[in-house]
Amino acid sequence: MQFGIFSVSDITTDPTTGRTPSEAERIKDIVTIAKHAEEVGLDVFALGEHHNEPFFSSSPTTTLAYIAAQTKTLQLSTATTLITTNDPVKIAEDFAMLQHLSDGRVDLTLGRGNTGPVYPWFGKDIRAGIPLALENYALLHKLWREHIVDWEGKFRTPLQSFTSTPRPLDDVPPFVWHGSIRSPQIAEQAAYYGDGFFANHIFWPKEHTQRMVQLYRQRFEHYGHGSADQAIVGLGGQVFMHRNSQDAVKQFRPYFDNAPVYGHGPSLEDFSRETPLTVGSPQQVIERTLGFREYVGDYQRQLFLMDHAGLPLKTVLEQLDLLGAEVVPVLRKEFAARKPAHVPDAPTHASLLAKKNETKEEVAA
Amino acid sequence: MKQRKLVVISAGLSQPSSTRLLADQLSATTAKAAAQLGVTLDVQVIELRDLAHEITDNMLTGFAKPALKQAQEAVTAADALITVTPVFSAGYSGLYKSFFDVLDKDALVDKPVLLAATAGTARHSLVLEHALRPLFAYLRATIIPTSVFAASDDWGANSVEGPLRGRIERAAAELAREVERREPAVVTDPFALTTDFAEMLKNL
Repeated sequence: MQFGIFSVSDITTDPTTGRTPSEAERIKDIVTIAKHAEEVGLDVFALGEHHNEPFFSSSPTTTLAYIAAQTKTLQLSTATTLITTNDPVKIAEDFAMLQHLSDGRVDLTLGRGNTGPVYPWFGKDIRAGIPLALENYALLHKLWREHIVDWEGKFRTPLQSFTSTPRPLDDVPPFVWHGSIRSPQIAEQAAYYGDGFFANHIFWPKEHTQRMVQLYRQRFEHYGHGSADQAIVGLGGQVFMHRNSQDAVKQFRPYFDNAPVYGHGPSLEDFSRETPLTVGSPQQVIERTLGFREYVGDYQRQLFLMDHAGLPLKTVLEQLDLLGAEVVPVLRKEFAARKPAHVPDAPTHASLLAKKNETKEEVAA
Repeated sequence: MKQRKLVVISAGLSQPSSTRLLADQLSATTAKAAAQLGVTLDVQVIELRDLAHEITDNMLTGFAKPALKQAQEAVTAADALITVTPVFSAGYSGLYKSFFDVLDKDALVDKPVLLAATAGTARHSLVLEHALRPLFAYLRATIIPTSVFAASDDWGANSVEGPLRGRIERAAAELAREVERREPAVVTDPFALTTDFAEMLKNL
Protein backbone atom coordinates (compact mmCIF):
# COMPACT_ATOMS: atom_id res chain seq x y z
CA MET A 1 0.00 0.00 0.00
CA GLN A 2 1.20 3.50 -0.79
CA PHE A 3 1.18 6.31 1.77
CA GLY A 4 1.71 9.95 1.04
CA ILE A 5 0.49 13.49 1.29
CA PHE A 6 -1.50 15.79 -0.95
CA SER A 7 -1.51 19.56 -1.02
CA VAL A 8 -4.12 21.98 -2.29
CA SER A 9 -1.46 24.74 -2.39
CA ASP A 10 -3.43 27.35 -0.46
CA ILE A 11 -1.74 30.49 0.79
CA THR A 12 -3.54 31.15 4.05
CA THR A 13 -2.83 33.52 6.92
CA ASP A 14 -1.65 31.72 10.05
CA PRO A 15 -4.52 32.56 12.44
CA THR A 16 -2.25 32.28 15.49
CA THR A 17 0.29 34.87 14.29
CA GLY A 18 -1.61 36.83 11.62
CA ARG A 19 1.27 36.18 9.23
CA THR A 20 0.66 35.34 5.57
CA PRO A 21 3.49 33.65 3.68
CA SER A 22 4.48 35.09 0.31
CA GLU A 23 3.99 33.05 -2.86
CA ALA A 24 7.77 32.68 -3.12
CA GLU A 25 7.93 31.31 0.41
CA ARG A 26 5.04 28.86 0.00
CA ILE A 27 6.42 27.58 -3.30
CA LYS A 28 9.84 26.88 -1.74
CA ASP A 29 8.10 25.40 1.32
CA ILE A 30 6.14 22.92 -0.77
CA VAL A 31 9.40 21.65 -2.25
CA THR A 32 10.82 21.25 1.27
CA ILE A 33 7.64 19.45 2.34
CA ALA A 34 7.76 17.06 -0.64
CA LYS A 35 11.44 16.28 -0.03
CA HIS A 36 10.74 15.71 3.64
CA ALA A 37 7.91 13.32 2.74
CA GLU A 38 10.51 11.12 1.05
CA GLU A 39 12.95 11.52 3.94
CA VAL A 40 10.43 10.26 6.49
CA GLY A 41 9.60 7.24 4.32
CA LEU A 42 6.41 8.24 2.53
CA ASP A 43 5.73 7.01 -1.00
CA VAL A 44 3.65 9.69 -2.71
CA PHE A 45 3.48 13.46 -3.03
CA ALA A 46 0.46 14.87 -4.88
CA LEU A 47 -0.12 18.51 -5.77
CA GLY A 48 -3.35 20.29 -6.68
CA GLU A 49 -4.05 22.62 -9.59
CA HIS A 50 -5.76 25.99 -9.22
CA HIS A 51 -6.06 29.07 -11.36
CA ASN A 52 -7.12 31.58 -8.77
CA GLU A 53 -5.86 33.19 -5.58
CA PRO A 54 -5.13 32.24 -2.81
CA PHE A 55 -3.56 29.18 -4.46
CA PHE A 56 -0.12 29.05 -6.05
CA SER A 57 -0.16 25.78 -7.97
CA SER A 58 -1.26 26.63 -11.50
CA SER A 59 1.51 24.57 -13.08
CA PRO A 60 1.93 21.28 -11.19
CA THR A 61 4.24 19.53 -13.67
CA THR A 62 6.82 22.32 -13.33
CA THR A 63 6.82 21.96 -9.54
CA LEU A 64 6.78 18.17 -9.69
CA ALA A 65 9.71 18.08 -12.12
CA TYR A 66 11.74 20.26 -9.78
CA ILE A 67 10.86 17.93 -6.89
CA ALA A 68 11.65 14.88 -9.03
CA ALA A 69 15.16 16.21 -9.57
CA GLN A 70 15.74 16.35 -5.82
CA THR A 71 14.17 13.03 -4.78
CA LYS A 72 14.92 9.38 -5.50
CA THR A 73 11.89 7.24 -4.72
CA LEU A 74 8.97 9.62 -4.25
CA GLN A 75 6.01 8.94 -6.56
CA LEU A 76 4.74 12.25 -7.95
CA SER A 77 1.06 12.72 -8.49
CA THR A 78 -1.63 15.39 -8.69
CA ALA A 79 -4.68 16.27 -6.64
CA THR A 80 -6.15 16.99 -9.05
CA THR A 81 -5.31 17.74 -12.70
CA LEU A 82 -8.20 19.55 -14.34
CA ILE A 83 -9.42 17.35 -17.18
CA THR A 84 -12.18 19.83 -18.02
CA THR A 85 -10.35 23.11 -18.62
CA ASN A 86 -6.90 21.84 -19.66
CA ASP A 87 -6.28 20.82 -23.23
CA PRO A 88 -5.88 17.03 -23.15
CA VAL A 89 -3.07 17.35 -25.70
CA LYS A 90 -1.11 19.53 -23.28
CA ILE A 91 -1.78 17.10 -20.41
CA ALA A 92 -0.48 14.24 -22.58
CA GLU A 93 2.68 16.18 -23.42
CA ASP A 94 3.39 17.60 -19.96
CA PHE A 95 2.98 14.37 -18.06
CA ALA A 96 4.88 12.25 -20.59
CA MET A 97 7.72 14.78 -20.23
CA LEU A 98 7.56 14.54 -16.44
CA GLN A 99 7.51 10.77 -16.73
CA HIS A 100 10.83 10.81 -18.64
CA LEU A 101 12.48 13.31 -16.30
CA SER A 102 11.39 11.43 -13.17
CA ASP A 103 12.26 7.96 -14.53
CA GLY A 104 8.62 6.94 -14.43
CA ARG A 105 7.80 8.18 -10.93
CA VAL A 106 4.60 9.85 -12.04
CA ASP A 107 0.88 9.22 -12.10
CA LEU A 108 -1.99 11.66 -12.11
CA THR A 109 -5.41 12.15 -10.62
CA LEU A 110 -8.00 13.77 -12.85
CA GLY A 111 -10.72 15.99 -11.47
CA ARG A 112 -13.27 18.37 -12.91
CA GLY A 113 -12.66 21.39 -10.69
CA ASN A 114 -15.47 23.22 -8.94
CA THR A 115 -14.39 26.87 -9.22
CA GLY A 116 -17.04 28.43 -11.45
CA PRO A 117 -15.05 31.23 -13.14
CA VAL A 118 -12.13 28.95 -14.10
CA TYR A 119 -14.27 27.35 -16.79
CA PRO A 120 -15.06 30.55 -18.71
CA TRP A 121 -11.47 31.79 -18.22
CA PHE A 122 -10.41 28.75 -20.20
CA GLY A 123 -13.27 29.03 -22.66
CA LYS A 124 -15.38 26.25 -21.16
CA ASP A 125 -18.80 25.88 -19.52
CA ILE A 126 -19.07 24.35 -16.03
CA ARG A 127 -22.45 22.86 -16.95
CA ALA A 128 -20.62 20.65 -19.45
CA GLY A 129 -18.23 19.43 -16.72
CA ILE A 130 -19.02 15.73 -17.09
CA PRO A 131 -19.06 15.65 -20.92
CA LEU A 132 -15.75 17.60 -20.91
CA ALA A 133 -14.20 15.08 -18.51
CA LEU A 134 -15.40 12.17 -20.65
CA GLU A 135 -14.34 13.50 -24.03
CA ASN A 136 -11.05 15.02 -22.93
CA TYR A 137 -9.98 11.84 -21.19
CA ALA A 138 -10.97 9.71 -24.17
CA LEU A 139 -8.54 11.80 -26.23
CA LEU A 140 -5.79 11.76 -23.57
CA HIS A 141 -6.10 7.97 -23.33
CA LYS A 142 -5.71 7.66 -27.09
CA LEU A 143 -2.79 10.10 -27.37
CA TRP A 144 -0.71 7.98 -24.98
CA ARG A 145 -1.55 4.71 -26.70
CA GLU A 146 -1.62 5.49 -30.41
CA HIS A 147 1.38 6.95 -32.22
CA ILE A 148 -0.53 8.81 -34.91
CA VAL A 149 -3.88 10.17 -33.89
CA ASP A 150 -6.78 11.32 -36.04
CA TRP A 151 -9.46 12.69 -33.81
CA GLU A 152 -12.57 14.80 -33.83
CA GLY A 153 -14.75 15.73 -30.87
CA LYS A 154 -17.17 18.30 -29.58
CA PHE A 155 -14.96 20.45 -27.39
CA ARG A 156 -11.59 20.75 -29.09
CA THR A 157 -10.27 21.51 -32.54
CA PRO A 158 -9.81 18.26 -34.54
CA LEU A 159 -6.45 16.54 -34.92
CA GLN A 160 -5.13 15.05 -38.16
CA SER A 161 -1.98 12.91 -38.03
CA PHE A 162 -0.96 14.25 -34.65
CA THR A 163 1.70 12.60 -32.50
CA SER A 164 1.97 13.63 -28.88
CA THR A 165 5.63 13.93 -27.88
CA PRO A 166 7.52 12.76 -26.00
CA ARG A 167 5.97 9.32 -26.22
CA PRO A 168 5.25 7.81 -22.77
CA LEU A 169 8.35 6.34 -21.15
CA ASP A 170 8.84 2.73 -22.39
CA ASP A 171 5.48 3.18 -24.15
CA VAL A 172 3.79 2.79 -20.77
CA PRO A 173 1.31 5.62 -20.14
CA PRO A 174 1.26 7.10 -16.62
CA PHE A 175 -1.32 5.45 -14.39
CA VAL A 176 -4.47 7.55 -14.06
CA TRP A 177 -6.77 7.94 -11.08
CA HIS A 178 -10.17 9.58 -11.49
CA GLY A 179 -11.29 11.71 -8.57
CA SER A 180 -14.87 12.58 -7.73
CA ILE A 181 -16.84 13.32 -4.60
CA ARG A 182 -20.30 12.35 -5.75
CA SER A 183 -20.63 12.00 -9.51
CA PRO A 184 -21.40 8.36 -10.32
CA GLN A 185 -20.47 9.05 -13.96
CA ILE A 186 -16.82 9.51 -12.94
CA ALA A 187 -16.77 6.23 -10.99
CA GLU A 188 -18.19 4.63 -14.15
CA GLN A 189 -15.49 6.25 -16.28
CA ALA A 190 -12.70 4.99 -14.01
CA ALA A 191 -14.22 1.51 -14.04
CA TYR A 192 -14.64 1.44 -17.81
CA TYR A 193 -10.95 2.09 -18.43
CA GLY A 194 -9.75 -0.05 -15.54
CA ASP A 195 -8.10 3.06 -14.09
CA GLY A 196 -7.90 3.96 -10.41
CA PHE A 197 -10.58 5.78 -8.44
CA PHE A 198 -9.54 8.38 -5.87
CA ALA A 199 -12.05 9.54 -3.29
CA ASN A 200 -11.10 12.87 -1.75
CA HIS A 201 -12.89 11.54 1.33
CA ILE A 202 -12.06 14.54 3.53
CA PHE A 203 -14.62 17.31 4.14
CA TRP A 204 -17.52 14.89 3.54
CA PRO A 205 -19.37 12.16 5.43
CA LYS A 206 -17.91 8.74 4.78
CA GLU A 207 -21.16 7.56 3.15
CA HIS A 208 -20.30 9.52 -0.02
CA THR A 209 -16.97 7.74 -0.32
CA GLN A 210 -18.50 4.39 0.50
CA ARG A 211 -21.19 4.67 -2.17
CA MET A 212 -18.83 5.93 -4.87
CA VAL A 213 -16.19 3.26 -4.21
CA GLN A 214 -18.84 0.55 -4.12
CA LEU A 215 -20.17 1.64 -7.53
CA TYR A 216 -16.65 1.87 -8.98
CA ARG A 217 -15.76 -1.63 -7.74
CA GLN A 218 -18.95 -3.18 -9.17
CA ARG A 219 -18.44 -1.56 -12.55
CA PHE A 220 -14.70 -2.41 -12.60
CA GLU A 221 -15.70 -6.06 -12.38
CA HIS A 222 -18.51 -5.53 -14.92
CA TYR A 223 -15.99 -4.26 -17.48
CA GLY A 224 -13.78 -7.32 -16.95
CA HIS A 225 -10.72 -5.76 -15.33
CA GLY A 226 -10.78 -8.19 -12.40
CA SER A 227 -12.95 -8.85 -9.40
CA ALA A 228 -14.49 -5.92 -7.53
CA ASP A 229 -11.99 -6.22 -4.70
CA GLN A 230 -9.12 -5.93 -7.18
CA ALA A 231 -10.13 -2.43 -8.30
CA ILE A 232 -7.60 0.32 -7.52
CA VAL A 233 -8.83 2.69 -4.83
CA GLY A 234 -7.18 5.71 -3.24
CA LEU A 235 -8.44 7.77 -0.32
CA GLY A 236 -7.70 11.14 1.17
CA GLY A 237 -7.41 11.75 4.88
CA GLN A 238 -6.86 14.71 7.15
CA VAL A 239 -4.99 14.46 10.42
CA PHE A 240 -3.25 16.59 13.00
CA MET A 241 -1.19 14.84 15.64
CA HIS A 242 0.54 15.33 18.91
CA ARG A 243 1.79 12.59 21.22
CA ASN A 244 -0.74 13.88 23.72
CA SER A 245 -4.14 13.99 22.01
CA GLN A 246 -5.37 17.00 24.01
CA ASP A 247 -2.38 19.02 22.82
CA ALA A 248 -3.22 18.06 19.24
CA VAL A 249 -6.72 19.50 19.66
CA LYS A 250 -5.44 22.62 21.38
CA GLN A 251 -2.82 23.30 18.72
CA PHE A 252 -5.05 22.58 15.74
CA ARG A 253 -8.25 24.29 16.90
CA PRO A 254 -7.38 27.85 15.77
CA TYR A 255 -6.42 26.51 12.32
CA PHE A 256 -9.61 24.48 12.17
CA ASP A 257 -11.83 27.34 13.35
CA ASN A 258 -10.44 29.68 10.69
CA ALA A 259 -9.83 27.21 7.85
CA PRO A 260 -11.02 28.39 4.43
CA VAL A 261 -13.12 25.27 3.75
CA TYR A 262 -15.02 24.66 6.98
CA GLY A 263 -13.99 27.50 9.29
CA HIS A 264 -16.56 29.40 11.37
CA GLY A 265 -18.96 26.50 10.93
CA PRO A 266 -19.18 23.22 12.84
CA SER A 267 -16.98 22.56 15.85
CA LEU A 268 -13.79 20.55 15.47
CA GLU A 269 -15.46 17.79 17.49
CA ASP A 270 -18.54 17.71 15.21
CA PHE A 271 -16.46 17.77 12.07
CA SER A 272 -14.23 14.97 13.39
CA ARG A 273 -17.32 12.87 13.93
CA GLU A 274 -18.95 13.63 10.56
CA THR A 275 -15.84 13.43 8.34
CA PRO A 276 -12.54 11.48 8.42
CA LEU A 277 -10.72 14.39 10.13
CA THR A 278 -8.67 13.00 13.03
CA VAL A 279 -7.02 15.30 15.53
CA GLY A 280 -5.28 13.38 18.26
CA SER A 281 -2.46 10.99 19.08
CA PRO A 282 -0.64 8.92 16.45
CA GLN A 283 -2.44 5.88 17.88
CA GLN A 284 -5.83 7.51 17.24
CA VAL A 285 -4.79 8.28 13.67
CA ILE A 286 -3.72 4.66 13.18
CA GLU A 287 -7.02 3.32 14.46
CA ARG A 288 -9.17 5.72 12.44
CA THR A 289 -7.22 5.09 9.25
CA LEU A 290 -7.38 1.32 9.62
CA GLY A 291 -11.15 1.78 9.97
CA PHE A 292 -11.39 3.20 6.42
CA ARG A 293 -10.98 -0.27 4.89
CA GLU A 294 -14.10 -1.41 6.70
CA TYR A 295 -16.22 0.70 4.37
CA VAL A 296 -14.16 0.86 1.16
CA GLY A 297 -12.46 -2.56 1.27
CA ASP A 298 -8.74 -3.17 0.81
CA TYR A 299 -7.33 -0.16 -0.95
CA GLN A 300 -4.07 0.88 -2.54
CA ARG A 301 -3.26 4.48 -1.70
CA GLN A 302 -3.73 6.67 1.36
CA LEU A 303 -2.87 10.37 1.08
CA PHE A 304 -3.04 12.82 3.97
CA LEU A 305 -3.66 16.56 3.84
CA MET A 306 -0.93 18.13 5.97
CA ASP A 307 -0.07 21.64 4.77
CA HIS A 308 -3.12 23.86 4.69
CA ALA A 309 -5.12 26.45 6.61
CA GLY A 310 -2.01 28.50 7.38
CA LEU A 311 -0.05 25.85 9.29
CA PRO A 312 3.60 27.03 9.35
CA LEU A 313 6.30 24.99 7.63
CA LYS A 314 7.90 23.94 10.91
CA THR A 315 4.62 22.41 12.12
CA VAL A 316 4.01 20.65 8.81
CA LEU A 317 7.50 19.09 8.93
CA GLU A 318 6.89 17.95 12.52
CA GLN A 319 3.61 16.39 11.44
CA LEU A 320 5.45 14.56 8.67
CA ASP A 321 8.00 13.31 11.23
CA LEU A 322 5.22 11.82 13.33
CA LEU A 323 3.46 10.39 10.29
CA GLY A 324 6.66 8.79 8.99
CA ALA A 325 8.01 7.54 12.31
CA GLU A 326 4.95 6.45 14.24
CA VAL A 327 1.94 6.11 11.97
CA VAL A 328 2.86 4.82 8.53
CA PRO A 329 5.12 1.93 9.65
CA VAL A 330 2.26 0.53 11.75
CA LEU A 331 -0.30 1.15 8.99
CA ARG A 332 1.92 -0.60 6.42
CA LYS A 333 2.19 -3.67 8.61
CA GLU A 334 -1.47 -3.75 9.66
CA PHE A 335 -2.91 -3.12 6.18
CA ALA A 336 -0.56 -5.73 4.68
CA ALA A 337 -1.65 -8.28 7.28
CA ARG A 338 -5.31 -7.71 6.38
CA LYS A 339 -4.96 -7.66 2.59
CA PRO A 340 -5.69 -10.92 0.70
CA ALA A 341 -2.99 -12.01 -1.77
CA HIS A 342 -5.18 -11.49 -4.87
CA VAL A 343 -5.65 -7.77 -4.15
CA PRO A 344 -3.04 -5.86 -6.18
CA ASP A 345 -0.84 -2.97 -5.07
CA ALA A 346 -1.17 0.45 -6.69
CA PRO A 347 0.30 0.31 -10.20
CA THR A 348 3.73 1.92 -10.67
CA HIS A 349 5.77 2.39 -13.80
CA ALA A 350 7.80 -0.73 -12.92
CA SER A 351 4.71 -2.88 -12.39
CA LEU A 352 3.00 -1.60 -15.54
CA LEU A 353 6.18 -2.18 -17.59
CA ALA A 354 6.51 -5.72 -16.22
CA LYS A 355 2.88 -6.40 -17.08
CA LYS A 356 3.38 -5.08 -20.60
CA ASN A 357 6.47 -7.27 -21.17
CA GLU A 358 4.59 -10.26 -19.79
CA THR A 359 1.74 -9.68 -22.25
CA LYS A 360 4.27 -9.34 -25.08
CA GLU A 361 5.95 -12.64 -24.14
CA GLU A 362 2.59 -14.37 -24.01
CA VAL A 363 1.83 -13.11 -27.50
CA ALA A 364 5.26 -14.25 -28.74
CA ALA A 365 4.81 -17.69 -27.19
CA MET B 1 -57.15 3.51 2.39
CA LYS B 2 -54.10 4.81 0.54
CA GLN B 3 -51.14 5.81 2.69
CA ARG B 4 -49.29 9.04 1.88
CA LYS B 5 -46.67 11.17 3.61
CA LEU B 6 -47.27 14.81 4.54
CA VAL B 7 -44.35 16.87 5.85
CA VAL B 8 -45.05 20.16 7.60
CA ILE B 9 -42.28 22.75 7.83
CA SER B 10 -42.70 25.41 10.47
CA ALA B 11 -40.21 28.27 10.67
CA GLY B 12 -41.69 29.89 13.78
CA LEU B 13 -39.16 30.79 16.44
CA SER B 14 -41.14 31.43 19.62
CA GLN B 15 -42.77 28.89 21.91
CA PRO B 16 -45.71 28.72 21.43
CA SER B 17 -45.67 30.21 17.96
CA SER B 18 -48.58 31.33 15.81
CA THR B 19 -46.66 29.93 12.83
CA ARG B 20 -46.78 26.48 14.40
CA LEU B 21 -50.42 27.02 15.31
CA LEU B 22 -51.29 27.72 11.68
CA ALA B 23 -49.16 24.76 10.57
CA ASP B 24 -51.04 22.45 12.92
CA GLN B 25 -54.43 23.69 11.75
CA LEU B 26 -53.44 23.24 8.14
CA SER B 27 -52.08 19.74 8.64
CA ALA B 28 -55.04 18.56 10.76
CA THR B 29 -57.52 19.94 8.23
CA THR B 30 -55.59 18.42 5.33
CA ALA B 31 -55.50 15.03 7.09
CA LYS B 32 -59.26 15.20 7.57
CA ALA B 33 -59.89 16.20 3.94
CA ALA B 34 -57.58 13.45 2.72
CA ALA B 35 -59.31 10.85 4.89
CA GLN B 36 -62.59 11.75 3.21
CA LEU B 37 -60.94 10.95 -0.12
CA GLY B 38 -59.66 7.61 1.19
CA VAL B 39 -56.10 8.71 1.92
CA THR B 40 -54.41 8.30 5.29
CA LEU B 41 -51.77 10.95 5.79
CA ASP B 42 -48.73 10.15 7.86
CA VAL B 43 -47.81 13.62 9.18
CA GLN B 44 -44.31 14.68 10.21
CA VAL B 45 -43.64 18.18 11.51
CA ILE B 46 -40.21 19.77 11.11
CA GLU B 47 -39.44 22.76 13.33
CA LEU B 48 -36.66 24.69 11.63
CA ARG B 49 -35.60 26.27 14.91
CA ASP B 50 -34.29 22.86 16.02
CA LEU B 51 -32.17 22.68 12.88
CA ALA B 52 -30.90 26.27 12.80
CA HIS B 53 -27.27 25.45 13.64
CA GLU B 54 -27.16 22.48 11.30
CA ILE B 55 -28.60 24.55 8.46
CA THR B 56 -25.81 27.12 8.89
CA ASP B 57 -23.19 24.36 9.10
CA ASN B 58 -24.58 22.83 5.91
CA MET B 59 -24.16 26.16 4.21
CA LEU B 60 -20.53 26.34 5.33
CA THR B 61 -19.46 22.73 4.79
CA GLY B 62 -21.68 21.58 1.95
CA PHE B 63 -23.18 18.61 3.74
CA ALA B 64 -25.95 18.02 6.28
CA LYS B 65 -25.44 16.61 9.75
CA PRO B 66 -27.72 13.74 10.86
CA ALA B 67 -30.82 15.63 12.09
CA LEU B 68 -30.90 17.97 9.08
CA LYS B 69 -30.17 15.07 6.76
CA GLN B 70 -33.18 13.24 8.16
CA ALA B 71 -35.34 16.32 7.64
CA GLN B 72 -34.08 16.71 4.06
CA GLU B 73 -34.77 13.06 3.35
CA ALA B 74 -38.28 13.35 4.81
CA VAL B 75 -39.02 16.37 2.61
CA THR B 76 -37.65 14.64 -0.47
CA ALA B 77 -39.72 11.51 0.18
CA ALA B 78 -42.90 13.43 1.09
CA ASP B 79 -46.02 13.21 -1.08
CA ALA B 80 -47.00 16.71 -0.01
CA LEU B 81 -45.59 19.66 1.91
CA ILE B 82 -47.10 22.38 4.02
CA THR B 83 -44.65 25.21 4.76
CA VAL B 84 -45.33 28.10 7.10
CA THR B 85 -42.99 31.03 7.68
CA PRO B 86 -43.31 34.10 9.84
CA VAL B 87 -42.88 37.37 7.96
CA PHE B 88 -39.57 39.01 8.86
CA SER B 89 -38.60 42.35 7.31
CA ALA B 90 -41.22 42.10 4.59
CA GLY B 91 -40.31 38.59 3.43
CA TYR B 92 -39.88 34.98 4.52
CA SER B 93 -37.52 34.49 7.44
CA GLY B 94 -33.84 33.93 6.69
CA LEU B 95 -33.93 30.57 8.42
CA TYR B 96 -36.85 29.46 6.25
CA LYS B 97 -35.05 30.46 3.06
CA SER B 98 -31.80 28.88 4.26
CA PHE B 99 -33.52 25.51 4.72
CA PHE B 100 -34.49 25.55 1.04
CA ASP B 101 -31.08 26.96 0.04
CA VAL B 102 -29.34 23.82 1.32
CA LEU B 103 -31.99 21.40 0.07
CA ASP B 104 -31.19 19.61 -3.19
CA LYS B 105 -32.55 21.83 -5.98
CA ASP B 106 -34.55 18.94 -7.45
CA ALA B 107 -36.04 17.72 -4.16
CA LEU B 108 -39.35 19.53 -4.67
CA VAL B 109 -39.87 19.00 -8.38
CA ASP B 110 -43.55 18.22 -9.01
CA LYS B 111 -44.29 18.01 -5.28
CA PRO B 112 -47.59 19.54 -4.10
CA VAL B 113 -46.80 22.38 -1.69
CA LEU B 114 -49.22 24.44 0.36
CA LEU B 115 -47.78 27.89 1.19
CA ALA B 116 -48.64 29.76 4.36
CA ALA B 117 -47.31 32.69 6.37
CA THR B 118 -48.01 34.55 9.58
CA ALA B 119 -47.42 38.18 10.57
CA GLY B 120 -48.51 40.80 13.05
CA THR B 121 -50.61 42.63 10.47
CA ALA B 122 -52.54 41.84 7.31
CA ARG B 123 -50.49 44.47 5.45
CA HIS B 124 -47.87 41.72 4.85
CA SER B 125 -50.28 39.26 3.29
CA LEU B 126 -48.87 39.63 -0.25
CA VAL B 127 -45.61 38.06 0.98
CA LEU B 128 -47.15 34.79 -0.13
CA GLU B 129 -47.40 36.08 -3.68
CA HIS B 130 -44.22 38.13 -4.05
CA ALA B 131 -41.82 36.00 -2.00
CA LEU B 132 -42.99 32.44 -1.39
CA ARG B 133 -44.69 31.67 -4.70
CA PRO B 134 -41.66 32.66 -6.86
CA LEU B 135 -39.34 30.61 -4.63
CA PHE B 136 -41.39 27.46 -5.09
CA ALA B 137 -41.93 28.19 -8.77
CA TYR B 138 -38.13 28.23 -9.09
CA LEU B 139 -37.94 24.91 -7.24
CA ARG B 140 -40.53 23.57 -9.71
CA ALA B 141 -42.93 22.49 -6.99
CA THR B 142 -46.64 22.15 -7.72
CA ILE B 143 -48.00 25.10 -5.76
CA ILE B 144 -51.51 24.72 -4.35
CA PRO B 145 -53.64 27.61 -5.69
CA THR B 146 -54.90 28.77 -2.28
CA SER B 147 -52.17 30.02 0.04
CA VAL B 148 -52.98 30.93 3.62
CA PHE B 149 -51.99 34.05 5.49
CA ALA B 150 -52.79 34.65 9.16
CA ALA B 151 -52.30 38.02 10.85
CA SER B 152 -52.66 38.45 14.62
CA ASP B 153 -56.24 39.67 14.15
CA ASP B 154 -57.19 36.40 12.48
CA TRP B 155 -56.70 34.55 15.76
CA GLY B 156 -59.63 36.44 17.32
CA ALA B 157 -62.53 34.14 18.25
CA ASN B 158 -64.85 35.31 15.48
CA SER B 159 -62.37 35.29 12.69
CA VAL B 160 -61.11 31.76 13.46
CA GLU B 161 -64.58 30.59 12.59
CA GLY B 162 -64.68 33.16 9.78
CA PRO B 163 -62.40 33.96 6.85
CA LEU B 164 -59.18 32.25 8.11
CA ARG B 165 -61.02 29.01 8.83
CA GLY B 166 -62.51 29.14 5.35
CA ARG B 167 -59.12 29.66 3.68
CA ILE B 168 -57.55 26.84 5.69
CA GLU B 169 -60.31 24.49 4.61
CA ARG B 170 -60.11 25.49 0.98
CA ALA B 171 -56.31 25.14 0.85
CA ALA B 172 -56.40 21.83 2.75
CA ALA B 173 -59.03 20.44 0.39
CA GLU B 174 -56.96 21.46 -2.63
CA LEU B 175 -53.85 19.83 -1.20
CA ALA B 176 -55.73 16.65 -0.26
CA ARG B 177 -57.18 16.34 -3.80
CA GLU B 178 -53.70 16.82 -5.28
CA VAL B 179 -52.25 14.07 -3.08
CA GLU B 180 -55.16 11.72 -3.74
CA ARG B 181 -54.85 11.81 -7.53
CA ARG B 182 -51.07 11.26 -7.59
CA GLU B 183 -48.81 8.22 -7.42
CA PRO B 184 -46.62 8.08 -4.30
CA ALA B 185 -43.42 10.17 -4.45
CA VAL B 186 -40.38 8.41 -5.88
CA VAL B 187 -36.96 9.17 -4.39
CA THR B 188 -34.02 8.96 -6.77
CA ASP B 189 -30.66 7.79 -5.44
CA PRO B 190 -28.06 10.47 -6.30
CA PHE B 191 -25.29 7.83 -6.31
CA ALA B 192 -27.07 5.49 -8.69
CA LEU B 193 -25.70 5.15 -12.19
CA THR B 194 -28.44 5.97 -14.70
CA THR B 195 -26.52 5.53 -17.96
CA ASP B 196 -23.54 3.33 -18.76
CA PHE B 197 -20.29 4.53 -20.26
CA ALA B 198 -21.12 3.84 -23.92
CA GLU B 199 -24.38 5.75 -23.56
CA MET B 200 -22.64 8.68 -21.84
CA LEU B 201 -20.03 8.96 -24.62
CA LYS B 202 -22.74 8.85 -27.28
CA ASN B 203 -24.68 11.67 -25.63
CA LEU B 204 -21.83 14.15 -25.09
